Amino acid sequence: MTGTTSRDPRPPQESALVLPRYGREPEGSRTPVAFPGYRSTGLRAPLRTPVDLPHRLTEVTGPVLGEDRVTAADADLTLRMGGEAQGQRIIVYGRVLDSDGRPVPHALVEVWQANAAGRYRHVVDNWPAPLDPHFDGLGRVVTDALGRYEFTTIKPGAYPWGNHHNAWRPAHIHFSLFGTAFTQRLVTQMYFPDDSLFGQDPIFNAIPPTARHRAISRFDLERTQDNWALAYQWDIVLRGTDQTPFETDDDGDVA
Amino acid sequence: MSSPHLSPLVRGAREDNDRVPGILRRGSGFLDEPLRLGTTPSATVGPYLAIGLTWPDGPNAVAEGTPGAIWLRGRVFDGNGDLVPDAMVETWQADPDGRFAHPDDPRGAVTVPGFRGFARSDTVDGGAYAVRTLKPGPVPDGAGGWQAPHVDVSVFARGLLDRVVTRIYFADEAEANATDPVLAALPDDDARRTLIARPSEDGYVLDVHLQDCTAKGMVETVFFAV
Ligand SMILES: [Fe+3]
Repeated sequence: MTGTTSRDPRPPQESALVLPRYGREPEGSRTPVAFPGYRSTGLRAPLRTPVDLPHRLTEVTGPVLGEDRVTAADADLTLRMGGEAQGQRIIVYGRVLDSDGRPVPHALVEVWQANAAGRYRHVVDNWPAPLDPHFDGLGRVVTDALGRYEFTTIKPGAYPWGNHHNAWRPAHIHFSLFGTAFTQRLVTQMYFPDDSLFGQDPIFNAIPPTARHRAISRFDLERTQDNWALAYQWDIVLRGTDQTPFETDDDGDVA
Repeated sequence: MSSPHLSPLVRGAREDNDRVPGILRRGSGFLDEPLRLGTTPSATVGPYLAIGLTWPDGPNAVAEGTPGAIWLRGRVFDGNGDLVPDAMVETWQADPDGRFAHPDDPRGAVTVPGFRGFARSDTVDGGAYAVRTLKPGPVPDGAGGWQAPHVDVSVFARGLLDRVVTRIYFADEAEANATDPVLAALPDDDARRTLIARPSEDGYVLDVHLQDCTAKGMVETVFFAV
């Protein structure tokens, strides 16, 4: 069919394509799109039940983004604009896996975060905490052949956000991942262990209780660097291509 | 045989046990199910996505200057019918020959040089997104037929704890749209209309409505569970 254009009538295919199929996390352990305590969801989260979209070619493929989108300096957020960022230096590392336990190699991981005082370098963030001239809060890394990632940053501060009276976001780092298929796209937030602010945060508590621990990193004394940095480990699990259906029949059937 | 212990509470302890050798039990230490890791829960991108997710070539699904390039444009509205000025729209699609820039496309690579198939655009510019691309061709439906030309779309925003997914179809593909399996599965024409972009001066236009706004006559876009 090479060389045909979209205007040509297409002959029927000889046979069905064999494609991977991506399992779906059960509703009871998946973050819902809307959560009553998170005010902004009220006018933004769709109100109708989404229509099941079976996985076909468009859904089982996705952008292949890797080394060409990062530089070596992107993995160290503590050294920006000619100087050292303020704050507690930390190493954040882990693996990107799929739910079958397979590593996701050579995959782009994008992160962004507030500075040590809890302030973002962004025109919308104007709460009275100082910006850090040597911190922009942007990091990018690519997983290695074993699906591992690692970056150096400072521990972000908590910040108030006006969702309810005296609302504070627990310290967190925003993560964005593509995996290798449209179905695997994930934007999430990594938290730190034992944060006292978890209880009052609707964004954290929107995660079903059985899955909340998956959003929390682990302090790792082994990986701390003497006289240099503390370390936190966080593995990220994307949807896998297993054939095992999770729910009735809304997994999406390829054929 | 019961214990000679002084206390009747010890002497009388039940000694029966119906466990049969060779039958596995829960907690026996034997794994009898496939490895399955729980997926990481999603979270909102929040209001500061511009820090981490801005690329100079973000809106380019195809390299600048590619012949035949068009713009997919639209605005994102909330349930008040107000523009959403801090959303991000990502698009993923086949090339004009219906091929994907991805190794899992069993028919081989894309045929157009510089075609990435993926674009992202924030809506900072007054709630509007814009993506430079080529119009996709028909794509096999996996069952011997064809899907009409379409673009898969993810919308991210503050107030959305997970992305929402929709599709863009093209108004001037009426014949292909009529036999598309995804459009056919929708309840009615009102629903289908929310996915069909109309031609414009430099490409196509389709607005995204996160919710109905009856006061302004806006209908919620069809969103998909993938
Ligand atoms: Fe944040």
